[in-house]
Amino acid sequence: MPPRFTFAIPLIAALALVGCAGDGGGIQSQKMAAIKGRGILNCGVDGRLPGFSFVGADGRYSGLDVDICKATAAALLGDPAKVTYRDLSSTERFAALGSGEVDLLSRNTTMTLSRDAPGGNALAFAPTTFFDGQAVLVPVSSGIKSLKDVAGKPICVETGTATELNLADRMRVLNAAYTPLKFQSGDQTYAAYLQGRCVAVTSDRSQLAAKRTGFPKPSEHILLADVLSKEPLNPATINADPAWADAVRWVVYSLIQAEEMGITAANIDAKLVEAKANKNLAQLRRFLGVEGDLGKQLGLPADFVVKTVKAVGNYGEVFERNVGQGSPLKLERGVNQQWLKGGLMYSPPFL
Amino acid sequence: MTSRSAAPPWWRNRRYLPWLVQGVVALAVGVVVAFLLSNLLLNLTARGLLLSWSWLGQPAGFDLAESILPFDASLPYWRALLAGLVNTLRVVIAGLVGATVLGTLIGTASFSSNGLLRGLARVYVEVIRNIPLLLQLIFWYFVVFLALPNGTDAIQLPGLVLAKSGLFLGDPQLVNGVWQAPLRFSVEFGALLTGLVVYTAAFNAEVVRGGIASVPKGQWEAASSLGFAPLVTLRRIVLPQALRVIVPGLNSQYISLAKNSSLAVACGFTDLYSVSETTLNQTGRAVEVMLILLGSYLVIDLVISALMNGLNGLVQLKER
Repeated sequence: MPPRFTFAIPLIAALALVGCAGDGGGIQSQKMAAIKGRGILNCGVDGRLPGFSFVGADGRYSGLDVDICKATAAALLGDPAKVTYRDLSSTERFAALGSGEVDLLSRNTTMTLSRDAPGGNALAFAPTTFFDGQAVLVPVSSGIKSLKDVAGKPICVETGTATELNLADRMRVLNAAYTPLKFQSGDQTYAAYLQGRCVAVTSDRSQLAAKRTGFPKPSEHILLADVLSKEPLNPATINADPAWADAVRWVVYSLIQAEEMGITAANIDAKLVEAKANKNLAQLRRFLGVEGDLGKQLGLPADFVVKTVKAVGNYGEVFERNVGQGSPLKLERGVNQQWLKGGLMYSPPFL
Repeated sequence: MTSRSAAPPWWRNRRYLPWLVQGVVALAVGVVVAFLLSNLLLNLTARGLLLSWSWLGQPAGFDLAESILPFDASLPYWRALLAGLVNTLRVVIAGLVGATVLGTLIGTASFSSNGLLRGLARVYVEVIRNIPLLLQLIFWYFVVFLALPNGTDAIQLPGLVLAKSGLFLGDPQLVNGVWQAPLRFSVEFGALLTGLVVYTAAFNAEVVRGGIASVPKGQWEAASSLGFAPLVTLRRIVLPQALRVIVPGLNSQYISLAKNSSLAVACGFTDLYSVSETTLNQTGRAVEVMLILLGSYLVIDLVISALMNGLNGLVQLKER
């Protein structure tokens, strides 16, 4: 060996050691290490949207988005209550996530290419927790049955990503003239609608259903069947920490898979006993972490599924409690039904 | 040689020093501006957001609630922005006229010999100018205009219909539950115009009052002794002299009105700001859209200012 290379040997050895140190410790995720060290998950939510994230009279957050935060905290920290919620506006949300102010963004955020792409907002999206779409709300008394009946009349528009564009596209296809009335804030939009200035108001279906609960007489307003756009709402983390993104992804899947397997918050303990007693229930045993190391592979406890389901119930329970029949929103499952029942909720296998 | 040596050294030379100081200041300002601009350009380039105007020619894809110029979603963005600008100009011009007339009436009313009228003028000014304009616009729109009856219940006079959707002139017809007429003013326009006129008139009234008060009392007394009636005195003798004081004051109120018109989004009117917001939302061209907005309001205000300065020249005392 030429003498000039000898000095490099300890350097290479040191590098190799450093490289090994990470592998030996399991999953490398700065974010997960930081959350564990802190003992608290910082979760970004909307905070003002009934059914998704809303502060109740008792000062506690509740909603579908909030339950994702709780399930993640339960999986990672073992306690669904160890969450600090941050209310974020639609303009603040990506900056708050990017700067690390929040670890997880669970704030009715539509997944789009530009938000996902490294050259765009560079987010890492977890699976869709709610398949939303732009819809139209009308008074029952108006007799309007479809968007076609709105022709020639004023529509109040709550501005969003492309709310006005979607509406214009659809009305052009229908070859129907209309008057789009746009306001600075959502509150003014709904006030104008309730005052009868418009015969209809358009926004995301979930948004309309949520706002309807605050109307003086919610039952006098119905959502039209027309769907003007696709708005899949997904929790999001940053691209830079794939291990953390994976953990959140499978926390969401665990809730969907639990529903498919008929596991609920009520029967999870019985299922666990059953799985431990019967070695033939291999799928259930793997899912609940009785055998295998699925949880460990994610950097989560082996029984993280047990923790998530105990914390918030399965996806169906989360849906019904927050936005479905058990809530004031009374939304139908629709496309948010399990795939076996004709919906889009589908978890890849826990293998 | 002797005369040259008598001249002070350059750092105390009154001929060159001011130029030197001005030059240094100009250079410093120039360097700061150049730094800011290059910084902006650098950041925009780094983010792949170099100024580009090609999007102006792309189809807007959204519709407008009202526009004098023909507009539909297939027309380009610049047409949408132009339609918004025209709507802004429409409300600004109507607002200037309305606020001037109402302001003059209230300003002169505060000199009335009728105590009730005087009191009302004071109350009007104090109440209106001390409530934020945004609140007033929301009040006019949601409480007053949207309380109008709708459809067949609308207020109907020969050739005129006032409904929740607007004011319709010239043989209005109810078609499919919607009023239609050759000439139409939406309630959004109405609410914005009313709000701007009522608000600005309060300030104009104060300017007019100040102008009239600046005319010496002797002018009134002299007119009175010559047998002029009070109203004639005001119109023929006092107001022409008061204009010298009033016009410069009105200038800044007019400019305020033009700028305040951007509060139109509070009551759903399709003004330049509202169209720009949608355009920004859809194109993501924040810097370009803001430049267009800033430029437009700047030009509108400079034009108002120039016209008022011209008027000011006309009403000043002619000194020959």
